[in-house]
Amino acid sequence: MIANKKPSFLSGLLHNQLLIPIAALLLLTVFNLIVDPSFFKITLGTNSDGNPVLSGYLITIIDYGSELAILAIGMTLVTAASGGQDISVGAGIAIAGSVLLRVLCGTESRPETLQTPVFVAFIICCLCAMIAGAFNGALVAFFRIQPMVATLILFTAGRSIAAWVNNNELPIISEKSFTYYGGYLPGIPIPTPFFIALLCFAVTWAVLKFTNLGLYVQAVGINEKTSRLNGLNPELIKFAVYILLGVCVAVCGLIKVSRLSTINYSVIAKDIEMDAILAVALGGNALSGGKFNMGASILGAYVIQFLTTTLYKFDVQSDALSAYKAVVVILLVVMSAPVFREKISSLFRRLRAGSAAA
Amino acid sequence: MKLKKMLGIILTAAMCTSMLAACGDTGSTSTGSTGDSKPASNGKSDLIRVGIINNDPNESGYRTANVNDLKATFTEANGYDAQFSYSLKNDEQISYAQKYIQDEVDYLLLSAADTAGWDGVLQDAKAAGVKVILFDRTIDASEDLYEASIVSDMAKEGKTAVDWLKSQNLDKYQVIHLQGVMGSAAQKGRSAALTEAAEADSSKWEIVTEQTAEWNAEKAQQIVQSAIDAGKEFNVIYAENDDMAKGAVAALDKANIAHGVGKDVIVMGFDCNKWALEELKAGNWNYDGQCNPFQSSYITDIIKKLEAGEKLSEKTIIMDEKGFDAATITQEDVDKYGI
Repeated sequence: MIANKKPSFLSGLLHNQLLIPIAALLLLTVFNLIVDPSFFKITLGTNSDGNPVLSGYLITIIDYGSELAILAIGMTLVTAASGGQDISVGAGIAIAGSVLLRVLCGTESRPETLQTPVFVAFIICCLCAMIAGAFNGALVAFFRIQPMVATLILFTAGRSIAAWVNNNELPIISEKSFTYYGGYLPGIPIPTPFFIALLCFAVTWAVLKFTNLGLYVQAVGINEKTSRLNGLNPELIKFAVYILLGVCVAVCGLIKVSRLSTINYSVIAKDIEMDAILAVALGGNALSGGKFNMGASILGAYVIQFLTTTLYKFDVQSDALSAYKAVVVILLVVMSAPVFREKISSLFRRLRAGSAAA
Repeated sequence: MKLKKMLGIILTAAMCTSMLAACGDTGSTSTGSTGDSKPASNGKSDLIRVGIINNDPNESGYRTANVNDLKATFTEANGYDAQFSYSLKNDEQISYAQKYIQDEVDYLLLSAADTAGWDGVLQDAKAAGVKVILFDRTIDASEDLYEASIVSDMAKEGKTAVDWLKSQNLDKYQVIHLQGVMGSAAQKGRSAALTEAAEADSSKWEIVTEQTAEWNAEKAQQIVQSAIDAGKEFNVIYAENDDMAKGAVAALDKANIAHGVGKDVIVMGFDCNKWALEELKAGNWNYDGQCNPFQSSYITDIIKKLEAGEKLSEKTIIMDEKGFDAATITQEDVDKYGI
């Protein structure tokens, strides 16, 4: 009985989507524990404003991983519904950040005080990011252009647009309260991006739980024709997910811009689209669309930041980071290939047969 | 259904046009300014006719300052009939050059996007009697194809900075070295000086972390954050541009590490952005090295000499570049040299 149960539990685990990100997380954790356990040390200190802050590698991971996780939410939906990825999120963040600063600064590039409340500026930046998302979405949904090709337009033009929004000036905000979003709230030692991410997770969870969005997105991703026959409007759903990704991009833009209180159009959020797509893949979601697991994507995002931080710790040259991530991508692609999965499950079957015979 | 489709199409079309309009606006600087060019026979023969080919002013703060400086100098009031064109692409720049040669300009001023591919067009220029002056960037072409080349010496910039650092007489130099994009002229020159100093006196100098942050503030912040998390000890941040120094300072602030004049960590940057010089003046940073974008005075000197029939003493002219110390910088410096 017990012998029988074990393989089925194993194969159950093998088919669980959370397996890959959890395995990767365990691997990284064990690796760091062996090489240098001080990786997990967290200390409480104060920053230069006198606020208490926690610091340590783990805090860095939840800090920088959070913006990636927020993007991964939108990217998962886009991937599931349209069977392709949006590669313009980095450029979208540049546009969102630029608009945000433009509204906050008004006409001067270096104001002493904020010209508009941050909330209002964020709403406007959100709208702009949604328009950019709608542009991508319209190309994908109504004109049936491949998502990667459609988003290539903003990928190339986005940063120029961002520079144009601010007349290519570099606005700098001296107001202290603006740094809270990408830094720390006074008196709270945990980085704010983590709370923003938690809020986003909660909203996403509620939307997926209480509306049919998740079901519709998967239905469209699995088979567009059948979903149409069942009364869904595939174009509208694809269009909508790109706009939702726009919201995620705007939130990410707020965090990014707040970190340094300024923007550099050509390098802000550079290559973040690759990390976001990798998070979706690491979450075990099929990049060709269909079923998705939001939790796995979010976990995937933190695992990627874990990997990045680990590599930084070992002084890997930062321009070589993408090579290491490429190795992860190759492993993932191989592991998710049907041929490979079949081989593994046949191996398990043989093992089970062997143990039953014994 | 039909209505929605129509709406979708209209929306997309509207967005397409707005995006195109946006692109058009940034691009129009080049077409617009080349469009300004006056016909060859405009009768004002007393003006010196120059064609200026530069990189896109939006490339960086450095380039914006460079373009503004040239525009302010080569005006009709100063005796010049100048045409400007901008491109980051070598082949476009070459076609601008051909156009200027056909227009029979007296001088062709060139900041080349790429070092290769200029021989042919410069030979045409020589045959047509157009004098070529290179500024900011050098090219791989025979020296007799141009009159002069005005450049920054990145190695000297690095040396000035490291000499300044040496003059601080610290007991120990534990340096976090944030490099630019590997292989760029600025990175090579600015890195070389520091590496040399560290190798020459390894008892006092230690490079704690040496990483490329690719001119990127965010990356610099993560690298310095990682060094802090690892508990590494350091007392100098040597960032090869201002953006990376800013990122590093953000990480220091988070960990409550005092930086600036008379504090625990010395912060050094390059390029002399105005905001960086302001940080310097406030005492938050210690040093900023200049990368001089103001080449027009050198160019006009050369043109005056050539017009007077004088010979130039040397082909390659290296500009004076300063390094600013937080202790001695004045508001005047900030206004004059900030870009």
